[in-house]
Amino acid sequence: MLAKRIIPCLDIRDGQTVKGINFENVVDVGDPVELGARYAREGADELVYLDITATHEGRKLFADLVRRIARHLNIPFTVGGGIDRLADADLLLSAGADKVSVNSSAVKDPDLINRIAGGFGTQFLVVAIDAQWKNNRWTVFVNGGRIPTEKELFSWAKEAQERGAGEILFTSMNHDGTRNGFACEALRELSTQLSIPVIASGGAGKKSHFASVFQEGRADAALAASIFHYNEIPIPDLKQYLRKQHIIVR
Amino acid sequence: MKIAVIKYNAGNIRSVDHALGRLGVTAEITDDPGVIEAADKVIFPGVGEAGTTMKYLQERGLDQLIAGLKQPVLGICLGQQLMCRWSEEGDTPCIGIFDEPVVRFPDGQLKVPHMGWNSLERTTGDLFADSLNGSYVYFVHSYYVPVCRETAAVSNYMVPFSAALQKDNFYATQFHPEKSGDPGESILSRFLKL
Repeated sequence: MLAKRIIPCLDIRDGQTVKGINFENVVDVGDPVELGARYAREGADELVYLDITATHEGRKLFADLVRRIARHLNIPFTVGGGIDRLADADLLLSAGADKVSVNSSAVKDPDLINRIAGGFGTQFLVVAIDAQWKNNRWTVFVNGGRIPTEKELFSWAKEAQERGAGEILFTSMNHDGTRNGFACEALRELSTQLSIPVIASGGAGKKSHFASVFQEGRADAALAASIFHYNEIPIPDLKQYLRKQHIIVR
Repeated sequence: MKIAVIKYNAGNIRSVDHALGRLGVTAEITDDPGVIEAADKVIFPGVGEAGTTMKYLQERGLDQLIAGLKQPVLGICLGQQLMCRWSEEGDTPCIGIFDEPVVRFPDGQLKVPHMGWNSLERTTGDLFADSLNGSYVYFVHSYYVPVCRETAAVSNYMVPFSAALQKDNFYATQFHPEKSGDPGESILSRFLKL
């Protein structure tokens, strides 16, 4: 049976791991390669490295970092952040990333999804969506959750799937940083409407939240950052807990 | 020991090279027939679409070359599929080392592609230590080889399918050993020791 995936996410700035609280106030939590290797040893199923660097120099550091990660990790990893062009995706995949994720750039230029999927295959492409529930609507945001758009979560996710997204990574801005659990209702709807895997993000605070996101939210994978970085929920404990809840994990 | 990784228009070749590096082995990534034929072991990796990839291989004569190799050959993912007789993906005639078809997972029940970690059952043959039965390995694919005489490991996703094949000097895995943690490293290292 296919296992549900646990995915630690590492935010990278200037080649170092940071974690934002509600997308702001970042704190350094260590070397990204070491942290990733630790997660892999502990049973993480995949890793996501997100480059939050804004400068050209930082971008170059990130590509170098991806090369180091690729040499060390024996599990799949996705990289994202600032991929605006096919050439950016090409650079990171050539550096050894297994998948790239696009977010704001795909909202601004939806054809980017077609180009990357067409160039490399849908399995190489994760479309990340940040959305906020407000006025009875899931509004899609860009630029790290700072700018609202006209797009709505479900229609945008379906469009992304049709254009060639291999997976959807949905972050609920209402839940992110709260540690009160994932947006299970929206995730369930998303998972029902889509035929590609859904990765849940935003709101993990305790082990039971992961059971809910798989059982009620029907997510294929769950992503979290701070609870793993600060070792509040060790991955082996989380997996043991999920097994007891009859959830299939590796 | 000389290891050749066949270079062609498919992704994910670099990660095979990195995995070999972690096992302390240096491989040559090449499409030079001479180098491939002279290697002690040949790895035929790949992620991509069957039709365009077969065309690329045929144009360079690599399909015939692979079929005629005598040393241990390991196909990975699309590599396994292309070593079969025919693929439903683009109705593509393939290399035909394994006389089996490659078909698409049915739509509707579960998500396609089959992506993530799934367990190995009924493992047999040279690549699998007994302890690997039940181990999880990493898959990304929409097409599969049904269970057949040459099946060396089975996984289940809607249907049981061939997670690995073995026939004579030809080995193949539908999963990615290079991305499958410790079990994947064990499989690669057993291949290298053949």
